[in-house]
Formats: sequence, structure tokens, C-alpha cells
Amino acid sequence: MWSRQRGRLKPLCCGVEELRCRRREREAALRKARREQQLVSKRLLRDEALEEAEEGCVAMIFGEAEIQQFLRLAQRGTEEKEREGALVSLRRGLQHPETQQTFIRLEGSIRTLVGLLTSNQALLQLEAARCLHELSHSEQSAVVEACLPATSYLLTYLSGHSSDFIELCLYTLGNLIVESEAVRRQLLPQGIVPALAACIQSPHLTVLEALGYALSQLLQAKEAPEKIIPSVLGSTLPQHMLQLLQPGPKLNLGVAVEFAWCLHYIICSQVNNALLITQGALSTLGLLLLDLAGAVQRTEDAGLELLACPVLRCLSNLLTEAAAEAVGGQLQLRDERVVAALFILLQFLLQKQPSLLPEGLWLLNNLTANSPSFCTSLLSLDLIEPLLHLLSVSNVVLTVLCNVAEKGPAYCQRLWPGPLLSSLLDTLAFSDTEVVGQSLELLQLLFLYQPGAAQAFLQQSGLQALQRHEEVAQLQDRVHALQQTALHG
Amino acid sequence: MDTAFAISPPVTSSTSPARLIFLMLPWASPYWSPPTDPQTPRHLYLQDVLTQVGGAPERPRVPEFTCQVAGCCQVFDALEDYEHHYHTLHRNVCSFCKRAFPSGHLLDTHILEWHDSLFQILAERQDMYQCLVEGCTEKFRTSRDRKEHLVMRHLYPADFRFDKPRKSRGPVMPGAAEQVLAEAPGDDGVPSEGDAMEVCSEHVEPPPAPAGERRAYSHRIPSTICFGQGASRGFKRAKKRNKHQ
Repeated sequence: MWSRQRGRLKPLCCGVEELRCRRREREAALRKARREQQLVSKRLLRDEALEEAEEGCVAMIFGEAEIQQFLRLAQRGTEEKEREGALVSLRRGLQHPETQQTFIRLEGSIRTLVGLLTSNQALLQLEAARCLHELSHSEQSAVVEACLPATSYLLTYLSGHSSDFIELCLYTLGNLIVESEAVRRQLLPQGIVPALAACIQSPHLTVLEALGYALSQLLQAKEAPEKIIPSVLGSTLPQHMLQLLQPGPKLNLGVAVEFAWCLHYIICSQVNNALLITQGALSTLGLLLLDLAGAVQRTEDAGLELLACPVLRCLSNLLTEAAAEAVGGQLQLRDERVVAALFILLQFLLQKQPSLLPEGLWLLNNLTANSPSFCTSLLSLDLIEPLLHLLSVSNVVLTVLCNVAEKGPAYCQRLWPGPLLSSLLDTLAFSDTEVVGQSLELLQLLFLYQPGAAQAFLQQSGLQALQRHEEVAQLQDRVHALQQTALHG
Repeated sequence: MDTAFAISPPVTSSTSPARLIFLMLPWASPYWSPPTDPQTPRHLYLQDVLTQVGGAPERPRVPEFTCQVAGCCQVFDALEDYEHHYHTLHRNVCSFCKRAFPSGHLLDTHILEWHDSLFQILAERQDMYQCLVEGCTEKFRTSRDRKEHLVMRHLYPADFRFDKPRKSRGPVMPGAAEQVLAEAPGDDGVPSEGDAMEVCSEHVEPPPAPAGERRAYSHRIPSTICFGQGASRGFKRAKKRNKHQ
């Protein structure tokens, strides 16, 4: 997709208004889906220009008679072009949900289509596969499940050589997987995991991206942690995925995005993150983070934030594993550059995708939690002030500061004096109990390790700032403790 | 520790609750909804993707050319079409019987089971029929047992096209092509259950094989050949000649 997109110019025949309208519709559909807890995302594999051209044809809904006609022609036509043409017409019709319904209810239709899919005519095969692909877009489970007889063949073709065809099969499989548990229940014993593990060795980027898509849909299934992820982890897929995430000249953004998300879903399932760590996930992701920061500074291709998101999440989650500490996981990332890279990314996200800032800060939190050296990096790179600027974004900033302060007097000395006090006094003015609570903890640490802090606090009417929270249930104890410490040291 | 700063003991204040360090829980679910921004970046990206995969792409046309493989008469005007044709029909072709297969794996299995006499010998004594699903190491005594395994264990269709039992090489009926094309509408619609993927589609296909296995190679054996059942076979009456068919 990425390689294609770069080369293609979007046709100017689509009005800007039309594009906006379509985008609005899609966004509405997304929000609706999210509300219904179904974050499914089907690939819309349609050429935009083609869609424009076919607008007239798509409006037509085919009835039984017409569908039968097309099928008969495809199967028994004498001219090959004729047979292909019949399937092309059928495919266009199948873009319409009503035609899809009629098709699946027609006796023998799927059987015929599968017959054409496995025929000895290569181009008919391709067109039949495209028809199946249209069906796979359906949101009706009946239509999707009607495609069940084709799955063994789709899997078989994954070990072929025609990259376009394989790509099509993969996207079709991905769509089918999303929509129906019955399909997944069939695909697993049919050997989808070994098939994907073999296919991931393909050198074709388009195939890899499609594979990433199909795999990511499989990994998001609700039954994935019990039924799917264990066999994925038992295969060679994770090693290949990590290889495809290695920074370097061979790194392809589109492919990396897909597999970074796949990794994210696997990690979230918590089935066996220790295994991923032994396979080098932490170091690969760390290097990728550095690479991303570099790319961002070179103001390269759009879409880097799409890779940043899963990388941040994967790293953050892996750092919470006991195994990370056990193998000296922090050692693998024990690189001041990681903190610098993260801040470069935070800067970038501030411009491009502010919604990802909390995630970046969350990674910073997990980095600093157990590692004095990352805390040192933060201090020596003079990043406290930039960090304070992000206070309005997320109160994870406060947790990070607590992580630093908690490391001891020497660290608190470096935090003080500075803009920290005024920032904290500001946060005490908030009504959000979480923010205030975290601020109180930070102050407590500062008072403990940095004697001058309490005095400065008092001088700046800190007590008054505390008073307004005296009656708040969750904060009472901490407020009183802090008042005591401030007054009596 | 290689830091210059000594690590001090943890804060022991009784009033400060355990500090939440690991914020995994709200973020661990794959269905993560950002609190502020309504769009998950990735799904927006996917919706925006408009590739050429599903529709027939605008392919650059070249002057017509013919497939160069001997015996193939297909003509093309686009390189991608030719590529798919080549991979489908000429890439994994059995050099013995010219059948084409979708993958190297299936081709290898075919050659082993259909054209390797050593395989036949070994198959009499041990389980030689390998399961077709990649990753499954089960082997079976007969091709029928394997098919049953494919159906029961791997949920494959019973009429999976790439697992046809070894057929007789019976004489090709002259009208076979018409037979295939003139199937009655009420039929199950699958074009000839014949062998998977003959190389060039215009050629006639052998008639559909009945279910189950046949003994291989029941050709008409010329009556002048005898297989040790007595030498006096030379010129027999019509009645007896039929026996050797």
C-alpha cells in the first residue's frame, strides 16, 4: 500500500466536497463501530478512480436470473474474454449488499465460484478471487460464512508464487476473519498459522503488508489469547515479525506498521511475553524507536505516527514484564539516546498527533520507574522543563517526576530549585483529585529529600493551596501529612 | 549500578499510598479507545487505504504476446496477467504427467505419490501418505485415510481439488470436451471433477473418475503379451481376448 500510494496521484475528478463527505461517513461508521465494541477495520480495496467510473454500474442490483447468467457464461463461455467479462460484471454487482444476498441464496453459486477459483484458467481464477473478495467485505455474517467452502483453497494458494494473487487471498482472508468466528474456527485446523509462517518469508512487500493485515485481524479475535496466540507464539512468526521490524535500509513503513500492531496484540494478550523478550523484542523495538526519532527529524514520509503508536505501546508493556528486568531488559535499552529519542518523538507528536502524547509519557514512566540511569538521563539532558510543559497533557508527568524524586536526595537536588515548585502550586489549584494526589506525593518526596523545598513551599503560600483539599476524602490523609512535614520538617 | 548517585531507601511515609508505576491495565486491551481523540489512528489509516487489489487495476498495456511455454497458446496484453498465468499453470508442473499445481509443496507430494515407484513399494509396508496441511506431520497408509484425516481433523472439503486419488489413465473419450461444457444446469456446477489443473485449457480432459481408487494402469493390453500365465496366448478367440482387457 505504501509503495503503491507513493506512486499514485489521487485523481482530481473527485470533488473536494465529495472526499470530505466520504470521510465524514467513514468517521461516523468508525465511531458507531467503536460504540458497539467492534473495532473492526476492513480493507477497502477499491480503486478510487475505478469506483468513480463504475458508479453507474454499481447502482444496479442484480437479480437471480442475471447472476445465473453471469455464472453460466463464466463457466461455459467459449471465448475466454467473454468468461472473464462475465465475472467482472458479477464482481461489480457484488459490491452491492442486496446482490450479495441474492448470490449466496442461489443454489450452487458458491460452488461454481469455488470451481472457477480453482480452475485451470489463471485469469478466471483471479476474477473469481476478486468476487470472493467483494463478498468478504460484507457485514452480514451469512454472506461471510457462505465463503467458508473457499478457505482451504485460499490457504493453499498462499504457498504459490503469484504475488498479486496471494495478496488478494490474504486480504480476503483478513476480512473473513474479522467478521465471523465460524470462519476462524475453521481456519485454525485448516492450518492458517503454518500457512502464514511460510508466507511471511515472501520477498514481496505487498504480500507482507497483506499478511500483516490478515494476522492482525486474527490476533484481535476475542478468543485469540486462548485459541490463536499460543500457536502463533509456537511458530516462527514472531521471529520473522521482529526481523521485519529491524531498522535499516530494508525497513518498509507499511509493513512495519502492520507487524508492530500484530506485536502489540500479542503482547496485550500476555500469553507469553517472556518469550518475545528472549527473542530480542526489547532491543529491536528500542532500535526502532531510535530510528523513528531520526526519521522524524528528517521530516520524512507522512505516517510515522502510525508506527510510533504501536511501538510506544509495545515497549511500555514489555517493560512491565518481570522478564524484562530478569534479562537485564533495561540493559538492552540502557542508552541515553532512548530518552532523547523519546522526547524528539514527543515533540513530533505534539504537532502531528497530540492524542498519542499520553502514550509517550507512559513509556517514559515505565522507563524511569525502575531505572536510576534513565532518571539520570532525564536530568542530564535537561528535560525536566520540557516535561513540565506537558503537564496539561497528562498527569503521568507527575508520576515520572515521582519516579525521579524517589531515587533519592541526589536526584531531588537536581529537581530543585527550578520551575517545579510553581508548576506544582498550579496543579494544586486543580480540582482533579488524581492530579492533586500525585502532586502531593511528589511534594512529600521533595520535602523528604530536599530540605529547602518545604520552606520555599511555605513562602509561596503553599499551605493555603493545600487547604482547599482538606475536606476531600481521598486526599485528606496526604494533605495532613504534607502539612505536618512542611511545618515541622 | 553505574550511576553517580546512590540509591536511597524507598519512601516509608505511611500516608502515601503505593505509587502506581505500571499503567498497563487501561492500555493492555487491544480495543483501546483513546479518551480524548475519537479516532484511533490506525483504523483511520486502514479506512483511508485505497489500493488497487480488489478492482482490476489499470494495467499498462503492451503489444500482444504469446506464452512461450511449449504447447501453451495463451495470448496476453499485460505483463501482470502473464505473470499470474505463468505461476498458475507453468511454474509447478509435473514433468511426468504435465499437471500443474498451486505450490511446490503439492507438486512434490504429487510426484512422490504418483510417479515414484519406490514410494509404492514402501507404502505397502509403512505409512507414507503425508498430510497435505503444512505443519502437520501425520502420515497415512492410504490416500483414503489421508483424505479422511484432512476432512475430520483439518476441516477440508471432501472434494478438495488438490487431493484426487491416483486415477486410471483410461482412454480419452473424443467427446469429453463437449461433455464438460454441456453439463445440465441443475448439476452441481463444478466443471469436471477431473484431475486438477491440466496445463492448457483447450485440451480435452479425461472423463470424471468414479469415487474411490482404481487399480492403476488398466490399459488394453495387447493379447500378444502374456504375463507368465502360459505361453500359448498367441491367437485366441474373441471370447478369451476380452479377459485381458
